[in-house]
Amino acid sequence: MIGTIRKLGRWGLGGFERLGRGHIFLFHVLMGIPSVIVRFGLLVQQMLSVGVLSLLIIVVSGLFVGMVLGLQGYNTLVDFGAEQSLGVVVALSLVRELGPVVASLLFAGRAGSALTAEIGLMKSTEQLSGMEMMAVDPVKRVIAPRFLAGFISLPLLATIFSAVGVIGGYFVGVGLLGVDDGAFWSQMQAKVDFSEDIMNGVIKSIVFGFVVTWIAVFEGYDCIPTSEGVSRATTRTVVHSALAILSLDFVLTALMFGNI
Amino acid sequence: MHNSKTVEVIVGLFVALGLAALFMLAMKVSNLSTFSGDDGYVITARFENIGGLKVRSPVTVAGVRVGRISNIGFDNTTYEAVVSMNISGDYNTLPTDTSASIFTAGLLGEQYVALEPGGDEKYLQQGGEVRLTQSAIVLEQVIGQFLYSQAEGGGDAK
Amino acid sequence: MSSNSDSNDVLVRIRDLHFSRGDRKIFNGVDLDIHRGKVTAIMGPSGTGKTTLLKLIGGQLKPDQGSIQVNGLEVPRLKLSKLYELRKRIGMLFQSGALLTDINVFDNVAFPIREHTNMPPAMVRDMVLMKLESVGLRNARDLMPSELSGGMARRVALARAIALDPMMILYDEPFTGQDPISMGVLVQLIRLLNDALGLTSVVVSHDVQETATIADDIYVLSEGKVVGHGTPQQLAETDSDWVKQFMQGLADGPVPFHYPGTQYADDLLAGSEQGGVA
Repeated sequence: MIGTIRKLGRWGLGGFERLGRGHIFLFHVLMGIPSVIVRFGLLVQQMLSVGVLSLLIIVVSGLFVGMVLGLQGYNTLVDFGAEQSLGVVVALSLVRELGPVVASLLFAGRAGSALTAEIGLMKSTEQLSGMEMMAVDPVKRVIAPRFLAGFISLPLLATIFSAVGVIGGYFVGVGLLGVDDGAFWSQMQAKVDFSEDIMNGVIKSIVFGFVVTWIAVFEGYDCIPTSEGVSRATTRTVVHSALAILSLDFVLTALMFGNI
Repeated sequence: MHNSKTVEVIVGLFVALGLAALFMLAMKVSNLSTFSGDDGYVITARFENIGGLKVRSPVTVAGVRVGRISNIGFDNTTYEAVVSMNISGDYNTLPTDTSASIFTAGLLGEQYVALEPGGDEKYLQQGGEVRLTQSAIVLEQVIGQFLYSQAEGGGDAK
Repeated sequence: MSSNSDSNDVLVRIRDLHFSRGDRKIFNGVDLDIHRGKVTAIMGPSGTGKTTLLKLIGGQLKPDQGSIQVNGLEVPRLKLSKLYELRKRIGMLFQSGALLTDINVFDNVAFPIREHTNMPPAMVRDMVLMKLESVGLRNARDLMPSELSGGMARRVALARAIALDPMMILYDEPFTGQDPISMGVLVQLIRLLNDALGLTSVVVSHDVQETATIADDIYVLSEGKVVGHGTPQQLAETDSDWVKQFMQGLADGPVPFHYPGTQYADDLLAGSEQGGVA
């Protein structure tokens, strides 16, 4: 009994310790951002591996999600004779929710896990330690550019996801199912508000980008430097990112769109 | 490892693609291209009943969207709804005796305000008020009236 | 000890060093001096915290108690910026080499130069080639770290460690897992570089023979304490059983061959009793 309570207490303390470490780490990373801006090349290099290499999965997924939305939305709307609203359904679902959320989940799986594994391996092969001994701060040199690259890339990727998704919905709705071309776009334009819908979606993706990249670089930097430790950290990145994205999405949605 | 020039070009393309996507969402998907709401002017109208009218519902003239509802308030003394409409600056020649009605787009569609221009030579300005208004047609009332008249008509026929 | 008379001569001075990791005491009052221009070896069986000692000297870890002075500076109390200044003058060779795996040999050696100086590219190139030439790998400059053998990786790491012309190099187990040829190359390189560049070298190792051939001064650590100190000859002629066992690589002695625990006979008896019950 006492043993269980003790275990519980240790587990709780460990959790708070990690939480504290994560925030101190974040502070160091943010302090390192100015040095990244001075050395723009480092950022560009990371934008390539974090952002550009995630582009394919984002575009393909966006297209299919949009097409599925077109199909499903049409089947529901046609019962009410409101298939002209298909554009609205597709566009609103994408820019408000699916764009930021699905793009962030994919990003966590594609780029976040890669970041964790890369940093974790650098740690386990003593590369980070070696940099420290060469008087190079690894947080500034390695972590900060990756963090900034992820933070910038995800909103761009989420926006691309939404845009491609709308095009996918258009293909299915207008191209295959015969919804009126003009109605599709004009209803969409009438109902989708730039500042309220699109910008809120972008703000969501900025928040997710911050959190996912933070989790990814922290898990890598904080991992136990063995192959098992790195693999566990990679798994944790994906799981924690997904949980963070979905719970934050609820909070942000309630703040932005909910009339609570 | 890529050449650093190539990397820069690829990343530049990526950022441009992201911004292009945002531009497409702004212009093609949202209302930014049709109506920005910044350069317009606000007029108000009082209705006895606005039905299901909401903020951001469209305002039309002859079926053309010219603005949107920016605010809905309530007057505590007259018990009327005060509806503020933001009209795009492009449509600044609405006469002062314009009338406003609340209609429904289709049977289940959303409600909107339709303006009907009058013949006055003076135009509505910022803060102007539309005096002639017709309230929303509430479906229940219409059905009630219809049934009532049917019943009356039925009584006559008997 | 005549520490005061030759205090200028001592580059690293460690006094009463205590360090523990978790519940385990790793250092329990270690005193040692590393002299300028000499190759000092720190030896001891695996797990005595030799690598930890290097990290303490480099300021990556902080001791629980005691003083570590490098070049007159008290390392544990240095501010981060001062510590980084000091580290620029200390090269460290990690056991794994710790080369950056995503850039090639040339860029690895150029890394500290580019990070810490604003030299024009032509000059960086000259310097890198010079350093690579001194470890004999000038023609391997376009290889990636994954294409190098273990010995070559260590030589590249060595070239990187001397890139900024440090005053001291710390070698962490430089001979572990090397074939005889690359071992010989490394042994020679350490001595050569030390003398040619006027460095101070600290070699942490448990390879007694190789280390003894190049070291001027040897410290033997065990269980958190210095148990032997002297030149290789002095240690070879020591009368301490422990040092004798370590230096000569005897299987049994003060450090028992068997992991401590129950007696063999008792264990066998216990097994047969269980067998009897079953």
